[in-house]
Amino acid sequence: MYEKDGEKYFVVDGHVHYWDASPENTTNKYGEGFIRCFYDYHKNLSPEEYLWSLDKYRKYSEEDMMHDLFEIGYVDVAIFQSTYLKDFYNDGFNTTARNAILKEKYPDKFILNGQFEPRLGEAGLEEFERKHEKYGFTGIKLYTAEWHEDSKGWKLDDYWSIKHLEKCVELGVKNIHVHKGPTIWPLNRDSFDVADVDEAASSFPELNFIVEHVGLPRLEDFCWIGTQEPNVYGGLAVAMPFIYAKPRYFAQVIGELLYWLGEDRILFASDYAIWQPKWLVEMFVDFEYPEDAEFDDYAEITPDIKRKILGLNAAKLYDIEVPEELQLVTADQGTGFDVEEKPATDR
Amino acid sequence: MIERDKILGALSGVRDPELDEPVTDLGFVSHLEIEGDDVSIRLRLPTYFCAPNFAYLMVADAREAVLSVPGVRRARVVLDDHYASGEINGGVNEEHGFDGAFSGETEGPDLEGLRTIFRRKSFVSRQEQLCRALLAEGRSPLELAAMRLGEMPPSQDLDKYLERRRELGLDVSESAPLVVDPDGNRVPEDAVVQHLRFAKTLRVSIEGNAELCRGLLETRYGGERGVGERPEREEVTA
Repeated sequence: MYEKDGEKYFVVDGHVHYWDASPENTTNKYGEGFIRCFYDYHKNLSPEEYLWSLDKYRKYSEEDMMHDLFEIGYVDVAIFQSTYLKDFYNDGFNTTARNAILKEKYPDKFILNGQFEPRLGEAGLEEFERKHEKYGFTGIKLYTAEWHEDSKGWKLDDYWSIKHLEKCVELGVKNIHVHKGPTIWPLNRDSFDVADVDEAASSFPELNFIVEHVGLPRLEDFCWIGTQEPNVYGGLAVAMPFIYAKPRYFAQVIGELLYWLGEDRILFASDYAIWQPKWLVEMFVDFEYPEDAEFDDYAEITPDIKRKILGLNAAKLYDIEVPEELQLVTADQGTGFDVEEKPATDR
Repeated sequence: MIERDKILGALSGVRDPELDEPVTDLGFVSHLEIEGDDVSIRLRLPTYFCAPNFAYLMVADAREAVLSVPGVRRARVVLDDHYASGEINGGVNEEHGFDGAFSGETEGPDLEGLRTIFRRKSFVSRQEQLCRALLAEGRSPLELAAMRLGEMPPSQDLDKYLERRRELGLDVSESAPLVVDPDGNRVPEDAVVQHLRFAKTLRVSIEGNAELCRGLLETRYGGERGVGERPEREEVTA
């Protein structure tokens, strides 16, 4: 919970990791390249006082995580988004099993999300069901650019992906977080393309599709599918830290998202340990649009809109109980695009 | 003697297809060496995992640009510090094409389809920039819908817009309508506001990606400037 100027905010951090990229766990040059790339994101967009050494960044402790999220970071509940990368790290980067260590210790603080691997076919389905039975998750995180043997990625509308999504419906796994990355098969296509999310979202109206990093670097395609599919959401991981390093860009992104998706389908996330929730929450609550013409067509972001983005929207998706005093103060602002009336123009 | 400026001039015509800016301005060219009629270039990118297809296009385009300079007999372009450097450098310098470099990992015609998608995006984004300036001067969207290219005052933004139009094979004559879709169809009056609204999202996306990539490159290489890199926009306007 965060409080400022008499306003209170319930905080759900929609995307956190408890990763291990220590040299002992790093399998090859790809794993080495991956963590260094992550570290550059951290270094490039964090305020100086929040910078870590590469050493600490590769493998941080349970104490670090509990302190940064819950002691100083205002987070009420954090959602673990498991990221396997088994081809890069011996025991994986942050698997469901690793995240479960903290979930078991602090059951009220964390929501643990699972994952599936469609390229395993039938065996994948069985493995997914087994994991679901063990951990009982209601959400999953999918990284479509994940390498697996000779494959450099997959799509949500592949045959075995659809089979797995059908399994999600059957098991009551309703929140599907999707993250696009730089590789996919075939390699000559745009791997960041979110058209397959569009397909899956219309085929599975009973599931919620949370596009991580709000579709960046294809914000425009993501906003478009957001106007088409009412069950598509945007996760702000990676978009949030621009609020400090590139505030004008952050203002444009959040303005575009509110314009196309509306205030009910945007979820706050730090992507811890890439960034820390403390400064992100503080800056977001203070946020106002810059005063120039570029921002004229965006409506003001009221404290209630901030409340929804910071926690209430995610609380709804994950049935998290929110104390009465942290609920909305006023009724719905009615921002955003009415998905029931899809835009008539062809893009 | 081949002049350095001629090579840099040719390289400034090579764009990052996603970011729609020259590789020189972005700081992606880290070394340039000329020995007689031999030219060697080294390129670098913001991350180890930048998408390999776009990386390939830039390396291939850079080599072609260098070879187009009169007097150049041999050109070698090497991409450093990328997970697929080996495949890309081999594919480009030995002219295997993307399919050959990533054998079995591609499907359908090489990279032209990808290039076209991003040319269309660049075109829409440049059009929005131009229209935004006109709207700021007090023109209405309806007026824009009726305007023709010949009515536009000369500007750098107009030149860039016309260049993107030409790349898509669209009409650039003075009587051609200003606001057209990527297929060259005039955008009707009742659709122009919506058209420009989407175009704005696209422009925000491209500009934002460029900002992020500049930042990551700077972090990755400790601020070491590229060959022919221009000062950042903030510094220019300051």
